[in-house]
Amino acid sequence: MNAVFDYAAWFASLCFVLAMLLALLRMFLGPAAQDRVLALDTFYLNGMLTLLMLGIRSSSTVYFDMALLIALFGFASTIAFAKFLLRGEVIEP
Amino acid sequence: MNGIELPLWVTIPGTLLLVAAGLLTLIGAMGLVRLPDFFSRMHPPTMGTTLGTGCVLIASMLVSSALEQRPVVHELLITLFIVMTAPVTAMLLMRAAVFRAERKRDEAPRPTGAASVARRAQDEDVRTARPATEDASPDQKT
Repeated sequence: MNAVFDYAAWFASLCFVLAMLLALLRMFLGPAAQDRVLALDTFYLNGMLTLLMLGIRSSSTVYFDMALLIALFGFASTIAFAKFLLRGEVIEP
Repeated sequence: MNGIELPLWVTIPGTLLLVAAGLLTLIGAMGLVRLPDFFSRMHPPTMGTTLGTGCVLIASMLVSSALEQRPVVHELLITLFIVMTAPVTAMLLMRAAVFRAERKRDEAPRPTGAASVARRAQDEDVRTARPATEDASPDQKT
């Protein structure tokens, strides 16, 4: 039964990496700036899921902290980009 | 899995959850690439954000609980964080996109000459009170 779980973990990792590649494609293609920001959002989320899959497959808890950090920084960067698109400035005087 | 035999109550739900999470996230990313405009492209990645992340985190909780022989719930932190921040991100991005689309539509007929500017001023007499220069404040129309 462990073999099936290993295959499922590989499949999920492969799906997340493929999703990251598709988000990267949208980041390069994206006609407007907000498309690129949305693609960046998807990209970091899939990166976080890939790290979590690494943690599941190697059964260590180090990857969990990295995933939490990626979630935090990704949220901050997306908020900053959206604020910049909305107002032209990130931190207003 | 490093030679440790996982019990059956972990492997069956874990397998199902991981396959579901992978498929959902992949479908979301494909929708991000394939859909025609930004406002429809907002929707598919949220599938991977909510359901995909939830499934992976539940699977991770199951696996680490089985490996450590006690309930491990620190993955709930990421779940809580993602659930709290994903709507905020989506709403800010959507407002930015709406604002930029409106500004683009306002700026589009400007270089065609004085006649179209006068026609536009006739159409929207709310905007004639303002000078025609760029005014980048987002709450001017409400």
